Amino acid sequence: MRFSLSDDQVAFRDAVRELLAKEATPAVVRAAWDAPEGALDRGVWDSLDAMGVLGVLVPEADGGLGLDETFLVPILEEAGRVALPHPIVETAMVAAPLIGATTGMIASDLGGPLVPCAADADQLLLRWGHTLALADRDAVELTAAATVDGARRAAYVTHDSTGEPLTDDPAVIALALDRGALGSAAMLVGLGQAMLDLTVGYVTERQQFGAPIGSFQAVKHHLADAALALEFARPAVWRAAWSVAHDERTRGRDVSMAKAMASDAAELVGRKALQCHGAIGYTVEADLHLYLKRTWALARAWGDTAHHTDRVADALGD
Amino acid sequence: MDLTWSVAEAAFRAEARGWLETNLAAWRAEHGGGTTSGDTREGFAEHLEWERRLFADGWAVVSWPEEHGGRGASLWEWLIFEEEYYRAGAPPRVTQNGIFLLAPSIFEFGTPAQQAGILRRMAGAEDLWCQGWSEPNAGSDLASVTSKARRVDGGWVLDGQKTWTTRGAFCTHLFGLFRTDPDSARHKGLTYFLLPLDTPGVTVRGFGRLDGDEGFAEVFFDDAFLADDAVPGGVVLGQPEGGWAVAMATAGSERGLTLRSPGRFVVTAERLVALANEHGDPTLRRRAATAWMHADAYQQQTPATVTTLTSGAKPGAEASLTKLWWSELDVELHHLALDLLGPEAELEGPWSKAWQFSLSGPIYAGTNEIQRNIAAERVLGLPR
Repeated sequence: MRFSLSDDQVAFRDAVRELLAKEATPAVVRAAWDAPEGALDRGVWDSLDAMGVLGVLVPEADGGLGLDETFLVPILEEAGRVALPHPIVETAMVAAPLIGATTGMIASDLGGPLVPCAADADQLLLRWGHTLALADRDAVELTAAATVDGARRAAYVTHDSTGEPLTDDPAVIALALDRGALGSAAMLVGLGQAMLDLTVGYVTERQQFGAPIGSFQAVKHHLADAALALEFARPAVWRAAWSVAHDERTRGRDVSMAKAMASDAAELVGRKALQCHGAIGYTVEADLHLYLKRTWALARAWGDTAHHTDRVADALGD
Repeated sequence: MDLTWSVAEAAFRAEARGWLETNLAAWRAEHGGGTTSGDTREGFAEHLEWERRLFADGWAVVSWPEEHGGRGASLWEWLIFEEEYYRAGAPPRVTQNGIFLLAPSIFEFGTPAQQAGILRRMAGAEDLWCQGWSEPNAGSDLASVTSKARRVDGGWVLDGQKTWTTRGAFCTHLFGLFRTDPDSARHKGLTYFLLPLDTPGVTVRGFGRLDGDEGFAEVFFDDAFLADDAVPGGVVLGQPEGGWAVAMATAGSERGLTLRSPGRFVVTAERLVALANEHGDPTLRRRAATAWMHADAYQQQTPATVTTLTSGAKPGAEASLTKLWWSELDVELHHLALDLLGPEAELEGPWSKAWQFSLSGPIYAGTNEIQRNIAAERVLGLPR
């Protein structure tokens, strides 16, 4: 038993963290709000690709790193920490192991009707009846949607057919959905951590009544609650990564618990962060909103808390 | 990351499970089911027999060295034992304030003579230890204690009052903080004493907790002479005037994993899930699943903590987060139990008793307000 990341996992995560700190700055996220459809800047994406991040779950023989979800989940936490706009969950976590290769940027409707980065992606992984299929972007019709988080770059996707199905195996589709929920849970933990860190920094600087507002008990208690929620959501997400990697009997239950807890934790942290920022947090000038709005979206993508809680209840009832 | 147990750990689990099954059945048969609360006089005596049974076969304090009555189990094995203990439905440990709160401090600060003279008797439930920290005017603000001890020839003279002493009316010994430097203030000048409750001049009065059981006591010290050799190895733990450091080490154990192992909460959550499934109401069923997740999250977070500890780290301020989690989880679980029972929740019974007990969690071992302060200042680094 060793419930912590291995040296290799830490080293890989830290390398990704360093890269993202340089190449996925708030300015890059803001640029994603404004870039025209289909023109999302791929600078950081290409760097992640070069580092092997998109092929973590692809076998080495097929050009990937041949690693498992316990490596990818900490990396997706880092992607959440910078509110990465690119569809990294859809591409690296869901599509890559399904296809067995990395084939560019992939968007998907598996997480919900709003497809993030639909116009920016090279291909779309779509649900078609009881099958999953890969479609070229030109083969489907996209209707851009105005989302609260502009960096979601989401669209509705309609299509008459999707070409050759990748799979019609319900077990494979269930695993893809579990991977998406797990990946978004990891992003949410990272988003929560980012909002907590940002707020700790702010309340330490911000002075009122002649003292940093972080010295006031009411503010401390908000942030202790935020830290508490993350402290207990993160192990649930890591355990789910292990369960997926090792195809444990409790995989579905563990993933649903991870998603429910990560969604709840990140939303709680977001509320506390906004409250502790005060009016400056209630603007689009402070960076907080970049993380807050992504949190609201991801908390409901890939199944909301009610859905996943009921799934846990079903698993426990068996 | 490796979430599997070794062959040896699996064997340890099987051995613990087998022992618990056999011995619980035997103990229950002797005591009409063993359902009387350990916080009543009658129940306490029954629970002591259970403690002695544990000790006789080396299961009372598995992680302690053999010379002190344990079996030298690793932290992981201790965790496994705790899981099995609560899964088996074994009773709450009436010795817990000694074995979980005081003992870690004796291992850290005690002299070899104190360790040899105190620990084994504590593990065997021959000496029963209670905590004398809080006073009528020193609760969350523990550093404001005013009970005092004065050095005299061959010992100390104690004056003052302690209160909220759990199971004090049934215990034989007390560990507590007394001011030995009358001119000192706050954290300085406090000394950590170990003393027999039958010391002349010490009076113990038990009184009813919220649930009516005589689980609380107040302890009066009236010119009580405490001889230096009243406890094997001496009555002062650590250095005179160095009591605050000892107390804080004890508080770390109380807040952290030693007092509240996750097994307890998971078992309660599983029972509530079963009750909710029987009940059939979809809202309650969802609440039960949520409560189960919160219990299981504690079960996942604990190995994360143990991994850190086995890598050589000392328990830190994160223990405050742990205390917040389990205490609020316990309230959540038992509030759900009341809602599952509906109008009959008002009946006296195990659930209504456990509900009342759960409400003490956010208060004892440092109120949750204090824990939030500690977490904010020492985990997040916010200014004091």
